[in-house]
Amino acid sequence: MADFTDDQIFRYARHIILPEVGGIGQEKLLNARVLCLGAGGLGAPVLMYLAAAGVGNIGIVDYDVVDMSNLQRQVIHNSDRVGELKVDSAKTFIEKLNSDVNVITINEKLTSANILDILKDYDIVVDGSDNFPTRYLVNDACVMLNKVNVHGSIFRFDGQVTVFKPKVGPCYRCLYPEPPPPGMVPSCQEAGVLGVLPGVVGSLQAVEVIKEIIGAGEDNSLVGKLLLYNAMKAEVRKLNIRRDVNCPVCGDNPTITELIDYEQFCSMPAVEI
Amino acid sequence: MATVKVRIPTPLQKLTGGLGEVDGDGNTVKDMFESLETKYPGIKERIYDEEGTMRRFINVYVNEEDIRFLNGEGTELKDGDDISVIPAIAGGI
Repeated sequence: MADFTDDQIFRYARHIILPEVGGIGQEKLLNARVLCLGAGGLGAPVLMYLAAAGVGNIGIVDYDVVDMSNLQRQVIHNSDRVGELKVDSAKTFIEKLNSDVNVITINEKLTSANILDILKDYDIVVDGSDNFPTRYLVNDACVMLNKVNVHGSIFRFDGQVTVFKPKVGPCYRCLYPEPPPPGMVPSCQEAGVLGVLPGVVGSLQAVEVIKEIIGAGEDNSLVGKLLLYNAMKAEVRKLNIRRDVNCPVCGDNPTITELIDYEQFCSMPAVEI
Repeated sequence: MATVKVRIPTPLQKLTGGLGEVDGDGNTVKDMFESLETKYPGIKERIYDEEGTMRRFINVYVNEEDIRFLNGEGTELKDGDDISVIPAIAGGI
Protein backbone atom coordinates (compact mmCIF):
# COMPACT_ATOMS: atom_id res chain seq x y z
CA MET A 1 0.00 0.00 0.00
CA ALA A 2 0.98 3.59 -0.40
CA ASP A 3 3.07 5.47 2.06
CA PHE A 4 0.29 7.04 4.12
CA THR A 5 0.73 8.70 7.47
CA ASP A 6 -1.45 7.47 10.35
CA ASP A 7 -3.49 10.67 10.06
CA GLN A 8 -4.07 10.02 6.37
CA ILE A 9 -5.18 6.44 6.96
CA PHE A 10 -7.64 7.76 9.53
CA ARG A 11 -8.80 10.70 7.39
CA TYR A 12 -9.35 8.67 4.22
CA ALA A 13 -10.50 5.44 5.92
CA ARG A 14 -13.94 5.53 4.26
CA HIS A 15 -12.26 5.73 0.86
CA ILE A 16 -9.59 3.19 1.56
CA ILE A 17 -12.12 0.52 2.56
CA LEU A 18 -14.07 1.01 -0.67
CA PRO A 19 -12.87 -1.67 -3.13
CA GLU A 20 -13.34 0.80 -6.01
CA VAL A 21 -11.00 3.33 -4.38
CA GLY A 22 -8.75 1.52 -1.91
CA GLY A 23 -5.26 2.58 -0.94
CA ILE A 24 -4.23 2.68 -4.59
CA GLY A 25 -7.10 5.00 -5.52
CA GLN A 26 -6.43 7.23 -2.55
CA GLU A 27 -2.79 7.49 -3.55
CA LYS A 28 -3.89 8.47 -7.05
CA LEU A 29 -6.12 11.16 -5.55
CA LEU A 30 -3.25 12.51 -3.44
CA ASN A 31 -1.03 12.67 -6.52
CA ALA A 32 -3.67 14.13 -8.84
CA ARG A 33 -3.52 17.60 -10.37
CA VAL A 34 -6.90 19.17 -11.00
CA LEU A 35 -7.60 22.68 -12.26
CA CYS A 36 -10.90 24.23 -11.28
CA LEU A 37 -12.03 27.06 -13.53
CA GLY A 38 -14.16 29.33 -11.40
CA ALA A 39 -14.51 29.47 -7.63
CA GLY A 40 -18.19 30.34 -7.82
CA GLY A 41 -21.41 28.36 -7.71
CA LEU A 42 -20.06 25.26 -9.43
CA GLY A 43 -16.50 25.73 -8.22
CA ALA A 44 -17.55 25.84 -4.56
CA PRO A 45 -18.79 22.24 -4.25
CA VAL A 46 -16.13 21.00 -6.68
CA LEU A 47 -13.34 22.50 -4.56
CA MET A 48 -14.95 21.44 -1.31
CA TYR A 49 -15.33 17.78 -2.26
CA LEU A 50 -12.05 17.45 -4.14
CA ALA A 51 -10.21 18.93 -1.17
CA ALA A 52 -12.06 16.66 1.25
CA ALA A 53 -11.26 13.67 -0.96
CA GLY A 54 -7.57 14.49 -0.75
CA VAL A 55 -6.93 15.58 -4.31
CA GLY A 56 -3.34 16.61 -3.73
CA ASN A 57 -2.91 19.51 -6.12
CA ILE A 58 -5.75 21.85 -6.89
CA GLY A 59 -5.41 24.92 -9.10
CA ILE A 60 -8.10 27.57 -8.91
CA VAL A 61 -8.64 30.17 -11.63
CA ASP A 62 -10.89 33.13 -10.85
CA TYR A 63 -10.43 36.86 -11.10
CA ASP A 64 -13.51 37.96 -9.16
CA VAL A 65 -13.97 39.05 -5.55
CA VAL A 66 -16.50 37.66 -3.08
CA ASP A 67 -19.77 39.58 -3.15
CA MET A 68 -22.63 39.30 -0.67
CA SER A 69 -24.95 38.14 -3.48
CA ASN A 70 -22.64 35.15 -4.10
CA LEU A 71 -23.28 33.66 -0.67
CA GLN A 72 -26.75 32.35 -1.60
CA ARG A 73 -24.91 29.49 -3.36
CA GLN A 74 -21.11 29.80 -3.21
CA VAL A 75 -20.73 27.90 0.04
CA ILE A 76 -16.94 28.00 0.38
CA HIS A 77 -17.01 31.78 0.86
CA ASN A 78 -18.56 33.55 3.83
CA SER A 79 -19.76 36.92 5.08
CA ASP A 80 -16.39 37.78 6.62
CA ARG A 81 -14.66 37.40 3.28
CA VAL A 82 -16.82 39.74 1.20
CA GLY A 83 -14.46 41.86 -0.89
CA GLU A 84 -11.64 39.29 -0.75
CA LEU A 85 -10.35 37.65 -3.93
CA LYS A 86 -12.32 34.47 -4.53
CA VAL A 87 -9.13 32.48 -5.10
CA ASP A 88 -7.81 33.60 -1.70
CA SER A 89 -11.11 32.88 0.04
CA ALA A 90 -11.22 29.45 -1.60
CA LYS A 91 -7.64 28.75 -0.55
CA THR A 92 -8.41 29.67 3.07
CA PHE A 93 -11.39 27.30 3.02
CA ILE A 94 -9.40 24.40 1.58
CA GLU A 95 -6.45 24.84 3.91
CA LYS A 96 -8.75 24.64 6.92
CA LEU A 97 -10.41 21.53 5.51
CA ASN A 98 -7.38 19.51 4.47
CA SER A 99 -3.71 20.41 4.74
CA ASP A 100 -2.81 17.55 2.37
CA VAL A 101 -3.96 19.74 -0.51
CA ASN A 102 -1.49 21.97 -2.29
CA VAL A 103 -3.56 24.93 -3.53
CA ILE A 104 -2.37 27.01 -6.47
CA THR A 105 -4.29 30.26 -6.95
CA ILE A 106 -4.46 31.94 -10.33
CA ASN A 107 -6.13 35.33 -10.05
CA GLU A 108 -6.43 35.89 -13.77
CA LYS A 109 -9.03 36.02 -16.46
CA LEU A 110 -8.59 33.08 -18.83
CA THR A 111 -7.68 34.18 -22.33
CA SER A 112 -6.32 32.65 -25.51
CA ALA A 113 -2.95 34.11 -24.50
CA ASN A 114 -2.64 32.47 -21.07
CA ILE A 115 -4.83 29.35 -21.03
CA LEU A 116 -2.41 26.84 -22.55
CA ASP A 117 0.26 27.80 -20.07
CA ILE A 118 -2.20 27.58 -17.16
CA LEU A 119 -3.70 24.20 -18.18
CA LYS A 120 -0.50 22.39 -19.10
CA ASP A 121 0.43 21.39 -15.54
CA TYR A 122 -2.88 19.65 -14.77
CA ASP A 123 -4.41 16.25 -15.56
CA ILE A 124 -8.05 17.23 -15.41
CA VAL A 125 -9.88 20.51 -15.94
CA VAL A 126 -13.20 21.24 -14.26
CA ASP A 127 -15.19 23.84 -16.14
CA GLY A 128 -17.28 25.88 -13.75
CA SER A 129 -17.12 29.05 -15.81
CA ASP A 130 -20.13 31.20 -16.51
CA ASN A 131 -20.13 32.35 -20.12
CA PHE A 132 -19.98 31.01 -23.67
CA PRO A 133 -16.66 32.54 -24.82
CA THR A 134 -14.87 30.88 -21.88
CA ARG A 135 -16.67 27.56 -22.49
CA TYR A 136 -15.38 27.41 -26.09
CA LEU A 137 -11.93 28.66 -25.08
CA VAL A 138 -11.64 25.96 -22.42
CA ASN A 139 -12.90 23.29 -24.79
CA ASP A 140 -10.48 24.10 -27.56
CA ALA A 141 -7.54 24.35 -25.19
CA CYS A 142 -8.43 21.01 -23.57
CA VAL A 143 -8.65 19.30 -26.97
CA MET A 144 -5.33 20.81 -28.06
CA LEU A 145 -3.60 19.74 -24.83
CA ASN A 146 -5.49 16.42 -24.59
CA LYS A 147 -6.95 17.21 -21.16
CA VAL A 148 -10.13 15.75 -19.74
CA ASN A 149 -12.73 18.50 -19.28
CA VAL A 150 -15.43 17.85 -16.70
CA HIS A 151 -18.22 20.16 -17.75
CA GLY A 152 -21.10 21.53 -15.71
CA SER A 153 -23.51 24.32 -16.57
CA ILE A 154 -26.65 25.69 -14.97
CA PHE A 155 -29.62 27.87 -15.78
CA ARG A 156 -32.49 28.60 -13.39
CA PHE A 157 -33.52 25.05 -12.37
CA ASP A 158 -31.65 23.17 -15.10
CA GLY A 159 -28.21 21.64 -15.00
CA GLN A 160 -26.09 19.85 -17.61
CA VAL A 161 -23.08 17.67 -16.77
CA THR A 162 -20.78 15.71 -19.05
CA VAL A 163 -17.16 14.66 -19.45
CA PHE A 164 -15.31 15.64 -22.58
CA LYS A 165 -12.41 13.26 -23.15
CA PRO A 166 -10.42 14.06 -26.28
CA LYS A 167 -10.19 11.23 -28.83
CA VAL A 168 -12.53 9.06 -26.74
CA GLY A 169 -15.79 10.99 -26.81
CA PRO A 170 -17.24 14.24 -28.14
CA CYS A 171 -16.04 17.73 -27.24
CA TYR A 172 -18.13 20.79 -26.40
CA ARG A 173 -18.16 21.84 -30.07
CA CYS A 174 -19.46 18.42 -31.12
CA LEU A 175 -22.31 18.95 -28.69
CA TYR A 176 -22.92 22.63 -29.43
CA PRO A 177 -21.16 23.67 -32.65
CA GLU A 178 -22.01 27.34 -32.19
CA PRO A 179 -23.01 29.57 -29.28
CA PRO A 180 -26.43 31.20 -29.15
CA PRO A 181 -26.69 34.66 -30.68
CA PRO A 182 -26.16 37.41 -28.09
CA GLY A 183 -29.32 38.12 -26.11
CA MET A 184 -31.04 34.85 -26.96
CA VAL A 185 -30.08 33.13 -23.71
CA PRO A 186 -30.24 35.28 -20.59
CA SER A 187 -27.47 34.94 -18.00
CA CYS A 188 -28.06 33.61 -14.49
CA GLN A 189 -27.69 37.16 -13.25
CA GLU A 190 -30.66 38.17 -15.39
CA ALA A 191 -32.65 34.96 -15.07
CA GLY A 192 -31.85 33.84 -11.55
CA VAL A 193 -30.62 30.47 -10.35
CA LEU A 194 -31.75 28.28 -7.48
CA GLY A 195 -28.86 28.48 -5.01
CA VAL A 196 -28.57 24.77 -4.37
CA LEU A 197 -28.63 23.88 -8.10
CA PRO A 198 -24.90 24.57 -8.63
CA GLY A 199 -24.36 22.59 -5.42
CA VAL A 200 -25.92 19.52 -7.05
CA VAL A 201 -24.30 20.04 -10.45
CA GLY A 202 -20.86 20.86 -9.02
CA SER A 203 -21.08 17.80 -6.78
CA LEU A 204 -21.82 15.66 -9.84
CA GLN A 205 -18.74 17.17 -11.50
CA ALA A 206 -16.65 16.33 -8.42
CA VAL A 207 -17.85 12.71 -8.60
CA GLU A 208 -16.77 12.50 -12.25
CA VAL A 209 -13.36 14.00 -11.47
CA ILE A 210 -12.75 11.45 -8.72
CA LYS A 211 -13.89 8.58 -10.98
CA GLU A 212 -11.54 9.79 -13.69
CA ILE A 213 -8.62 9.92 -11.23
CA ILE A 214 -9.21 6.46 -9.78
CA GLY A 215 -9.78 5.00 -13.25
CA ALA A 216 -13.42 3.98 -12.99
CA GLY A 217 -13.50 3.55 -16.77
CA GLU A 218 -15.41 5.16 -19.61
CA ASP A 219 -18.32 2.73 -19.35
CA ASN A 220 -19.13 4.19 -15.97
CA SER A 221 -18.35 7.81 -16.76
CA LEU A 222 -20.25 10.60 -18.47
CA VAL A 223 -18.00 10.44 -21.54
CA GLY A 224 -20.49 10.45 -24.43
CA LYS A 225 -23.43 11.10 -22.11
CA LEU A 226 -25.15 14.36 -21.24
CA LEU A 227 -26.69 14.24 -17.80
CA LEU A 228 -29.61 16.61 -17.37
CA TYR A 229 -30.90 17.58 -13.96
CA ASN A 230 -34.06 19.56 -13.41
CA ALA A 231 -34.40 20.65 -9.82
CA MET A 232 -38.03 21.75 -10.10
CA LYS A 233 -39.19 18.44 -11.52
CA ALA A 234 -36.73 16.37 -9.44
CA GLU A 235 -35.76 14.72 -12.72
CA VAL A 236 -32.44 13.24 -13.85
CA ARG A 237 -31.96 12.00 -17.40
CA LYS A 238 -29.06 10.91 -19.58
CA LEU A 239 -28.85 11.48 -23.32
CA ASN A 240 -26.29 10.08 -25.75
CA ILE A 241 -23.88 12.55 -27.30
CA ARG A 242 -21.41 11.71 -30.01
CA ARG A 243 -18.12 12.86 -31.41
CA ASP A 244 -18.63 14.65 -34.71
CA VAL A 245 -16.04 13.42 -37.22
CA ASN A 246 -16.42 16.82 -38.91
CA CYS A 247 -15.84 18.79 -35.70
CA PRO A 248 -13.52 21.72 -36.48
CA VAL A 249 -11.49 21.08 -33.33
CA CYS A 250 -11.58 17.35 -32.46
CA GLY A 251 -12.77 15.89 -35.78
CA ASP A 252 -10.76 13.79 -38.19
CA ASN A 253 -9.55 16.83 -40.14
CA PRO A 254 -9.55 19.74 -37.71
CA THR A 255 -9.63 23.24 -39.17
CA ILE A 256 -9.11 25.04 -35.87
CA THR A 257 -5.65 24.09 -34.68
CA GLU A 258 -4.84 27.13 -32.63
CA LEU A 259 -6.86 29.25 -30.25
CA ILE A 260 -9.05 31.96 -31.75
CA ASP A 261 -10.74 35.13 -30.50
CA TYR A 262 -13.62 33.64 -28.50
CA GLU A 263 -15.33 36.92 -27.65
CA GLN A 264 -15.57 37.57 -31.37
CA PHE A 265 -16.67 33.98 -32.08
CA CYS A 266 -19.49 34.38 -29.56
CA SER A 267 -20.14 38.06 -30.34
CA MET A 268 -20.10 38.66 -26.61
CA PRO A 269 -17.62 39.50 -23.88
CA ALA A 270 -16.35 36.78 -21.57
CA VAL A 271 -18.10 38.14 -18.52
CA GLU A 272 -21.49 37.46 -17.10
CA ILE A 273 -23.52 40.22 -18.73
CA MET B 1 -49.40 10.49 -38.04
CA ALA B 2 -47.37 9.95 -34.90
CA THR B 3 -48.17 11.70 -31.64
CA VAL B 4 -45.13 12.36 -29.51
CA LYS B 5 -44.23 14.06 -26.26
CA VAL B 6 -42.13 17.19 -26.72
CA ARG B 7 -40.12 18.58 -23.81
CA ILE B 8 -39.87 22.35 -24.09
CA PRO B 9 -36.81 24.04 -22.55
CA THR B 10 -37.36 26.73 -19.92
CA PRO B 11 -36.50 29.70 -22.19
CA LEU B 12 -39.19 28.65 -24.72
CA GLN B 13 -41.93 27.90 -22.23
CA LYS B 14 -43.34 31.38 -22.50
CA LEU B 15 -44.44 30.37 -26.00
CA THR B 16 -46.27 27.27 -24.73
CA GLY B 17 -48.16 29.05 -21.98
CA GLY B 18 -45.68 27.84 -19.38
CA LEU B 19 -45.95 24.17 -20.35
CA GLY B 20 -42.77 22.15 -20.10
CA GLU B 21 -44.27 19.24 -22.04
CA VAL B 22 -46.61 19.41 -25.00
CA ASP B 23 -47.99 16.94 -27.53
CA GLY B 24 -46.52 17.09 -31.01
CA ASP B 25 -47.82 15.53 -34.22
CA GLY B 26 -45.92 14.49 -37.30
CA ASN B 27 -44.18 11.64 -38.99
CA THR B 28 -40.83 13.41 -38.96
CA VAL B 29 -39.11 15.90 -36.69
CA LYS B 30 -39.61 18.59 -39.34
CA ASP B 31 -43.37 17.92 -39.58
CA MET B 32 -43.65 17.86 -35.83
CA PHE B 33 -42.12 21.35 -35.49
CA GLU B 34 -44.40 22.64 -38.28
CA SER B 35 -47.45 21.42 -36.38
CA LEU B 36 -46.08 22.83 -33.12
CA GLU B 37 -45.75 26.24 -34.79
CA THR B 38 -49.47 26.29 -35.61
CA LYS B 39 -50.31 25.57 -31.96
CA TYR B 40 -47.61 27.76 -30.43
CA PRO B 41 -46.73 30.54 -32.88
CA GLY B 42 -43.16 31.79 -32.60
CA ILE B 43 -41.61 28.54 -31.49
CA LYS B 44 -40.19 27.70 -34.89
CA GLU B 45 -38.10 30.84 -35.19
CA ARG B 46 -36.51 30.05 -31.84
CA ILE B 47 -35.41 26.65 -33.11
CA TYR B 48 -34.63 27.57 -36.74
CA ASP B 49 -32.56 30.52 -37.93
CA GLU B 50 -33.44 32.99 -40.70
CA GLU B 51 -32.15 30.58 -43.35
CA GLY B 52 -34.41 27.84 -42.07
CA THR B 53 -31.65 25.67 -40.61
CA MET B 54 -31.81 24.42 -37.06
CA ARG B 55 -29.89 26.63 -34.67
CA ARG B 56 -26.59 25.09 -33.74
CA PHE B 57 -26.81 25.75 -30.02
CA ILE B 58 -30.05 23.76 -29.76
CA ASN B 59 -30.11 19.99 -30.01
CA VAL B 60 -33.15 17.83 -30.58
CA TYR B 61 -33.16 14.32 -29.20
CA VAL B 62 -35.57 11.57 -30.13
CA ASN B 63 -35.66 9.45 -27.01
CA GLU B 64 -31.96 9.41 -26.02
CA GLU B 65 -30.46 10.10 -29.46
CA ASP B 66 -29.42 13.41 -31.05
CA ILE B 67 -31.18 13.74 -34.43
CA ARG B 68 -27.94 15.02 -35.99
CA PHE B 69 -26.67 11.45 -35.66
CA LEU B 70 -29.94 9.93 -36.85
CA ASN B 71 -31.55 11.38 -39.94
CA GLY B 72 -31.65 15.06 -38.92
CA GLU B 73 -34.99 16.76 -39.39
CA GLY B 74 -36.06 13.82 -41.52
CA THR B 75 -35.80 11.50 -38.52
CA GLU B 76 -39.00 9.50 -38.42
CA LEU B 77 -41.19 9.54 -35.37
CA LYS B 78 -43.47 6.93 -33.94
CA ASP B 79 -46.27 7.18 -31.39
CA GLY B 80 -45.01 7.77 -27.90
CA ASP B 81 -41.53 9.00 -28.81
CA ASP B 82 -40.00 11.34 -26.28
CA ILE B 83 -38.61 14.48 -27.95
CA SER B 84 -36.25 16.77 -26.03
CA VAL B 85 -35.26 20.23 -27.17
CA ILE B 86 -32.06 21.07 -25.29
CA PRO B 87 -30.29 24.43 -25.68
CA ALA B 88 -26.74 25.13 -24.56
CA ILE B 89 -26.55 26.83 -21.17
CA ALA B 90 -23.43 28.50 -19.86
CA GLY B 91 -24.11 29.53 -16.27
CA GLY B 92 -21.78 28.54 -13.51
CA ILE B 93 -21.65 31.18 -10.82
